[in-house]
Amino acid sequence: MNIEIKDLRFTYPTGLEALKGISLTINAGEQVAIVGQNGAGKTTLVRHFNGLLRPSAGSVWVGEWDTAKYSVAKLASRVGYVFQNPDEQLFSRDVLTEVAFGPKNLGYAKDKVDELVKRALSLTELNDQTETNPYDLSPTWRKMVALASIIAMDTPIVIFDEPTTGQDAVSVARIANVIAELKKEDKTVIAITHDIDFCAENFERVIALSNGGVLLDGEAHDVLAQEEILAQTYVDPPQLTRLGKMLGLKDTVINQEEFLKAVGQD
Amino acid sequence: MALVTLQNVTYKYPLTKTPVLQNINLQVNEGEFVAVVGPNGAGKSTLCYALAGFVPHFFKGEISGSIEVDGKESSKSTLDEWVLNVGLAFQNPFNQISGAKYTVFEEIAFGLENIGVPRSEMKARVDEAMSLTGISDLADRSPYSLSGGQQQRVALTSILVMRPRLLVLDEPTSQMDPIGTREVFGVVRKMAEEGMTVVMVEHKVEWIAHFADRVIALKEGQILLEGKPNKVLTSDVLMENGFGVSRYTSVAREAKKQGSWKQDKLPVTLFEAAEGFAPTPSPSPRERGESKK
Ligand SMILES: Nc1ncnc2c1ncn2[C@@H]1O[C@H](COP(=O)(O)OP(=O)(O)OP(=O)(O)O)[C@@H](O)[C@H]1O
Ligand SMILES: Nc1ncnc2c1ncn2[C@@H]1O[C@H](COP(=O)(O)OP(=O)(O)OP(=O)(O)O)[C@@H](O)[C@H]1O
Ligand SMILES: [Mg+2]
Ligand SMILES: [Mg+2]
Repeated sequence: MNIEIKDLRFTYPTGLEALKGISLTINAGEQVAIVGQNGAGKTTLVRHFNGLLRPSAGSVWVGEWDTAKYSVAKLASRVGYVFQNPDEQLFSRDVLTEVAFGPKNLGYAKDKVDELVKRALSLTELNDQTETNPYDLSPTWRKMVALASIIAMDTPIVIFDEPTTGQDAVSVARIANVIAELKKEDKTVIAITHDIDFCAENFERVIALSNGGVLLDGEAHDVLAQEEILAQTYVDPPQLTRLGKMLGLKDTVINQEEFLKAVGQD
Repeated sequence: MALVTLQNVTYKYPLTKTPVLQNINLQVNEGEFVAVVGPNGAGKSTLCYALAGFVPHFFKGEISGSIEVDGKESSKSTLDEWVLNVGLAFQNPFNQISGAKYTVFEEIAFGLENIGVPRSEMKARVDEAMSLTGISDLADRSPYSLSGGQQQRVALTSILVMRPRLLVLDEPTSQMDPIGTREVFGVVRKMAEEGMTVVMVEHKVEWIAHFADRVIALKEGQILLEGKPNKVLTSDVLMENGFGVSRYTSVAREAKKQGSWKQDKLPVTLFEAAEGFAPTPSPSPRERGESKK
């Protein structure tokens, strides 16, 4: 199911207008990264997809549902959202209860719940932490618990808000693997990230937000090459893109494979 | 002159079975900017807590060895005394907001207020600190009505404004956009030039290589390597131990096998990589707006 955003505006109760007219379609099964400077409106935008925020004007549709007419609980069956701050999301006293809460709440049969929880725990490598209190884990592992509890809900749309912050190389690879698994199942994956190299390596489409509006939207390869425009929203192109440009390579490269190929030909 | 001296520090939380820090020996000179890198669970935050007095004063547990800052020993001081010299920005900035204040300005002034800094001086110091971290325009906002990166800037500013002798930063740019990240490294560098001593945990190795004086690589509670940034960050030991490396380092390592990287030394920064790959001299870092220090 698609997400259809039509002329979305949002003003916080403080009077601050955080979204100033956004229109986008996110297609079923797409892997989309949202980038842009601090305060650009990334978190505000995705919180509209699961009803945590309601449009001040315009509309957001998830499939044939107008989100304005559905509760957060109802929307949770279609859209999973991993918070930027895991502590806003976690509340259970052990990892197993936390991860099982979502699928139970969606009313799945016990067998199905067990299966979903098992898979989520194994994808996030939390198998041996089921009895641990999430608050005894480091912030990086708490984020992994938050991620597990959302993917266990098996929603067609999954949103990650800054999944890789503080994660080491092994954990970033684990998160990349989760995204690849979700893709195989034709799920829509939306990730907000400042980690532009991670973005280049794992996403097909990139949307750059700036000051409450869409600055760029397109294939990762095209968007990430727009150095001057990205700079307006404080985003640097990927490391190897910057290097390729500095060396005067003809084509834009965004990852190691492309770079080595281009350098080999020179 | 060493401001910080750790001797044979071994520490275990009340709930951990094995030590989380093992026999750590470390000296940091006054005005030095030291970066700490390491995989998840290496003990980086615990090291920060030990420097900031929370280990063992707050977390309890078993500690041996000695931790000295400015000639005073942690075990012989109270936490209240200790925090006058040492400021810590926590890994999760969302938990650092005091909850006691209505505006960002008051939030940042909170610590100064507690130590009785006069009102007039306070205003000047808060304004200065806010302009350093680029949040002057947030002064009247509520600390709870901010984006993730904005909250992290507020948390950092509330530490900087205290002007501690030792500044301990636990992943201070984790929520920040690339320009913000570079600015924070720049501000920290400037503080170090002015004599503040800095220990900063970070994963963004490209910027560590640009700005830090020395790198400590921590794994399983032990110092695996330490030394000049380029030397540590390009070491095979780090790669074999699951540390994050810069894309420039990994691509040059591959290119070396192909023959298109000809130097012995591997790059960590854009400029080092461009120099090594370029057939002709490449633009200076200043032309790229990335001047070092
Ligand atoms: N609860 C709130 N009340 C009022 N204003 C808010 C609130 N949350 C965010 N804002 C403001 O709305 C704007 C957009 O914030 P948002 O959190 O969407 O940014 P973001 O793109 O996710 O940034 P970051 O990368 O720093 O997380 C910012 O100016 C922010 O200060
Ligand atoms: N309060 C605590 N009680 C018990 N064990 C703890 C506590 N805090 C951390 N630990 C454990 O100590 C070890 C080191 O944790 P620490 O948070 O210092 O690592 P880190 O290098 O900062 O990791 P990360 O990159 O995930 O932040 C880990 O095994 C962790 O589970
Ligand atoms: Mg955000
Ligand atoms: Mg840590």
